[in-house]
Parts: sequence; structure tokens; C-alpha cells
Amino acid sequence: MVDFLMPSLGADMEAGTLVEWLVKPGDWVRRGDVVAVVETQKGAIEIETFQSGQIDQILVDLKSKVPVGTPLARIRSEGEAKLAAVPVAPPPITPAPTPAVPPVAPVVERPAVTLPRPPVTPTPAARARVSPAARRLAEERGIDLSTVTGSGPDGAITYADVERRIGAAAVMPERKRGWLDLSAMRTAIAAAMARSKREIPHYYLEHQVDITACEHWLAEKNASLSPDNRLLLGALPVKAVALAARRNPAFNGFYRDNKFEPAQAVHIGVAIAIRGGGLAAPALHDADQLSLDELMSHMRDLVQRTRAGRIRGSEMSDPTITVSSLGERGVEALYGIIYPPQVAIVGIGKAVVRPWVIDGAIGPRSVITVTLSGDHRVSDGHAGALFLAEIGKLLQEPDKL
Amino acid sequence: MTYREAVRQALRDAIKRDERVFLMGEDVGRYGGCYAVSHGLLAEFGPERIRDTPLSESGFTGAGIGSAMAGMRPIVELMTVNFSLLALDQILNTAATVRHMSGNQFGVPLVIRMATGAGRQLAAQHSHSLEGWYAHIPGIKVLAPGTLEDARGMLWTALQDPDPVLIFENVMLYNMTGKLAADAGPVDIDKAAIRRIGRDISLITYGGSLWKTLEAASALAAEGIEAEVIDLRSLRPLDDATITASVTKTRRAVIVDEGWRSGSLAAEVGMRIVEQAFWSLDAPIGRVCSEEVPIPYPRHLEIAAIPQSPKIVAAAKSALGRS
Repeated sequence: MVDFLMPSLGADMEAGTLVEWLVKPGDWVRRGDVVAVVETQKGAIEIETFQSGQIDQILVDLKSKVPVGTPLARIRSEGEAKLAAVPVAPPPITPAPTPAVPPVAPVVERPAVTLPRPPVTPTPAARARVSPAARRLAEERGIDLSTVTGSGPDGAITYADVERRIGAAAVMPERKRGWLDLSAMRTAIAAAMARSKREIPHYYLEHQVDITACEHWLAEKNASLSPDNRLLLGALPVKAVALAARRNPAFNGFYRDNKFEPAQAVHIGVAIAIRGGGLAAPALHDADQLSLDELMSHMRDLVQRTRAGRIRGSEMSDPTITVSSLGERGVEALYGIIYPPQVAIVGIGKAVVRPWVIDGAIGPRSVITVTLSGDHRVSDGHAGALFLAEIGKLLQEPDKL
Repeated sequence: MTYREAVRQALRDAIKRDERVFLMGEDVGRYGGCYAVSHGLLAEFGPERIRDTPLSESGFTGAGIGSAMAGMRPIVELMTVNFSLLALDQILNTAATVRHMSGNQFGVPLVIRMATGAGRQLAAQHSHSLEGWYAHIPGIKVLAPGTLEDARGMLWTALQDPDPVLIFENVMLYNMTGKLAADAGPVDIDKAAIRRIGRDISLITYGGSLWKTLEAASALAAEGIEAEVIDLRSLRPLDDATITASVTKTRRAVIVDEGWRSGSLAAEVGMRIVEQAFWSLDAPIGRVCSEEVPIPYPRHLEIAAIPQSPKIVAAAKSALGRS
């Protein structure tokens, strides 16, 4: 039996509200299935299970707000499921119908018997010392006390500690129901960005990249494509960053507990502006492995879902590096703030036509400014320069992206 | 002016203002008072108003109760709290209960003054601080003037009260000097006073410990801790509103009380904070009380046995998680 936990959908998430169960006791689920929808400050997020098996018990009611790590449901692994006919809930007055055992066990395409993951149940820590005042404030503001460091007697969490955690500026507004709560999102952005600027020693580099080759290649490629399948210029730098991040691991990963953990995969967080003033940077999974066409269609899907407020949990917590692109209507350069616990953010400015020297002659070229905000605890300017230069170089040969 | 002179001024004023007022007690007349509080009053007002009594606390306290019931406004001086135990039956069983027992036909508008506290090397039998005990008793009021203004002003207000009022004067305060306004007069007897404003911790005290607590607050300020000092003034009734408001603001409290810790007034104040401000607390409530021993005679041991400002500083820092 494995507990299905409220996942952390980003470093700044403390709790989530369960708004929809997509499964019920007795249902079979496979690893990766979306089983519930959780509302967070980022909007409603579909959360997936990592455990295949049969839903044994739903532990959290709809509309309940629970801290990250709270068991939401219990899942019986496939082996266990066969044994048990344990009643799921206190038997109702009418005799419970025998749970319908699916005639065919889940449609497993591959017989891949994934080894059941060791349950990732967080060890229940000894009850932390929290002063009554701190407890009340945390309750009022929805702060998960496990994310607060205590400074009081015997390390107790005090009122001031919770205040610090909330951040001086964050005034929590009345929570509005709905998929996207922009003021809550603003609070989350405030907390994450303030934390970043407080903790991460940023350094900044900029590099101007001639993308005339990209434009030519794109025009040629798109000529034969229907409008909805056309590649947009914005996809190319994302792919270039993904490839460069693969080769420069110091920019791809997480800084946690005073050390850098390079990530195995490259999941690009794509910064997506949301009308009305929100911002999210969900993951484009394995961006370095995707063809440009795949990357483009995934990006379209991601933008659409993000703006509709339906992002998957893994997409919120997975990004290993962020790319922020201001697009055509933007300015020439932007210097991003790293989204903790990531260690780098690449900024892409809009393309401008400039006089440029090529082979000793001046000619008009399309140029973008690519910037890097790097975490100096992890990398230095020299490595950052190589990383940026590599992105520039990759953009010179768009057909190889 | 000294605290002693402030009390004397209060006595003189009361005797002049109301012909029903008289002072009665051991050595208050010819000797001028055990602590010289009533020195000179016999000559000024005569033996009708300043009455020496035999060494019989129970007897003259009972006489005071009777004359109060009969319409007088006696001030009984019990010399010290140590001797008040001999009059405890009169205070607890008579003064505090007559209004109730008589179906409200009689009240006892009596004021009993006495000295209290340790610090004068008077040894275990003469160094008690039992005002917290008296504050346990319904039917009486218990006051602890800690300042010249209160020493001067509480007596008259107490005399206006229709029920018995006990005033505890800390022996260590009699020689304290300070300035008292020429027009100083009656003060209220039901509110605690904030003697120093702070935001980090509430230090709650009264009487002789007030000055040690203020000294501790100054020491804390030097370390960046802003302590608020509350002078309870009235031990019964307690001014819950002032205590709760302060602790709600500072979220921490240390109570300084020269009584013994177990069953002390400090315990009562602490419990009220828990009842009324639990959700505002940021740290366990601290107490600085007397050690649970008979108060020793040797000076260094006596000092060690009762609250002193270094202990108050340490308790406050502990509540703030600082060492």
C-alpha cells in the first residue's frame, strides 16, 4: 500500500486544495495517470500518480486544503490489490456491492513491471515547536510550518519567523474560487522572486546573436506548412538553450541544501505571461530530445493550457532551467530573476535589424540579445560566457537544431 | 521626598479631609511608626486620631472592623505582613465576609496598611511577601503602591471604597526618593500601569520588584530588547485588560513576583494570560519569584533568594530565545 501524496508543485508551494478527484476507490491507475486536480496559487493543476495499482481509499475530501506531503489517497500495488477485498469505507447501510474487479487488469501496453517505487512517504518529523501565535498566523495565511525556520526558544517557530516566511510585502488577499487566482499567483511570484533575490547571488551576461540564418531557414521550412503547423522563431532559441544546457550541466539543475544537484534531464521552464498579470514557467519536458516540430507543438499546448489554468503537477515542479522570451512585442534585452531552486535563466530579447559586419562588409542582419542570469554559487562568469556563446553558435545552424 | 513621606502625606491628608478617619496600630503614635511613617502625626492630630494599640493584632483589627461597620473610616496599621497572620481570622473570616454574611446590611469600609517584603536582613520570620495570599480572598481589595504617586494617592481612594482594602508597602521602598508633584492627590486603584513601553516582551510586576524590573528593562534595552513593564498596582482585582493587551502586543511575558513560586500571584497572572492570550503567545511564560526557602538572614543569601534584575534579564532573554 502506498500513499499518494499532495505533491510539491514548485518551490514556493506550501499547500493545495483538492478540487477534483478523477478516480474513485476501486479504480485502477497506471504510473503517469492524472488522478486529481489540485488548486494552487498557480491555478488548477492536474496531478499524476507515480504508482500503478488500485485506488484503495480516498483520504482527502474535495475542497480540503492540505499541506504538501499530506497523503491524499492510498494505492494498492498490483500484487496487493489481488489479495484484498477490504471495505474501502465504513460499510453503508445497504450492503455494499462487491467492488467491480476490472475484467482485464489495466491495459498494460508493455508488460513492463515497473518495480514498485519505495514509498516516498516523508518521515513524520517530531512535532515541531511552534508558538501559539505563530501557529495562528500560519493558519490564517496558509503557511506550511515545515517550511519555516524557528528562531525562538529551543528553535521554536515564532510569530516573527512566520512573518518573515510570508514576506513583508505579501498581503494575502481573500482567496477567490476559480482556476486562476491571479492575486494568489502574484503572492507566489512575490515570494519566489524575493527569495531568489535574497538567496541567489546573480551574475548577468549578455550576448548578441545574429539570427538571420534562422529566419531564412524558417521562412523556407514554413512555406510548405499550413499556418497552424508553422514553426515560430521563438522555438529555435528554446531548443538551442536545451542543447547548450545538456552540454553545460552547471546551468541545468537545482541548488538545494547548500549544494548543487545537476539534473539528468533537460526540462526547459518556458515563461508564459498570463493575461491580467500572471506568470508561470511550466516545463517543456526533455526539450533537448524533441525535434523542433515536436517542441513547437508541445509549446503551443503548454501555452494554451497554462493560460487556461490547467497545468500538470510535474510541469510545475520539473523545470531545470528557465527561458524567458519577450517575443516580437518586447524589448531588446531582459535580465531574468532565477526561479529557485533552479540556477539559471536565459532571456531572449526581440529580434531587431542592425548594421552588422560580415566578412568585412556592413550589412543588415537580424540580431537578438541573449542574456544569462546565473547563480554564482554554482557557476562563474567564464562558464556562463561559454554557455551563452554555445547558444549563439547553435543558432547559426538552425537545420541542425 | 521619600516614599515614607509620601505615605505620611497621604495619612495627614486623609485625617484632615474626613473626621471619621483615624490611624490605629502598634507604635504608630509615640514611637512614630515602626518604619517612621507616622512620625509627628501624634503631635499634630492627637491621640484620638493616632491611636497606639496593645500588641494584639487580632484585637485591634477586629476593633477596626467594628468601627468601620459603625460608620468610621479607620486605617489599621499592621506593622508588617508577618504580624498580619495573627489577624488573619479577622481579615479573612470577618472583614471579607461581613457584607455577604449580613445580606448586604453591613459593609466594612476599612483600610489596613502593612509593610511587606524581604531585603532588610530581618530573617525568615520577618521577611514574608504574602500579598499574593491575600489576593486570593474575595471580598477585599489588595493594593501594592510601587511609586511615590501611588503611595500618596491610593490611600484616599481606598478609604472611599465601601469594602476592606489592604495596602502593602514594600519595606525596601520607604527610603526611595523621588519627586512628587505639589498637587499630587488621589489616584485610581483598579488599573495596572505601563511604566515602560516596549514591544518585545511584557515584564509584569508590582511593589518592590517594580524598580528591579525597570532596571532589568534598561539592561535589556542595551541589548536591543524593548521590554514593556507593567506595574499591577492592584493585585485584587487584577487588571486583565491591560495585561492581555500588552501580552497580545509583545507575545511574550515574564512575571516578577517576590512571593514564593508555588501557588503565587505570578501563577495566577500567568494562568490568566494563558486563558486570555494563548493564541498570541510566542514563548512559554516565564516567572521570576523567590526561591522556595525561608528567606535567609545572611545578606548574600537573602539577595540570592529574592528576585533581582540579572535574573529578570535572563528570564526575558530566555523567552526571546537569546542567551
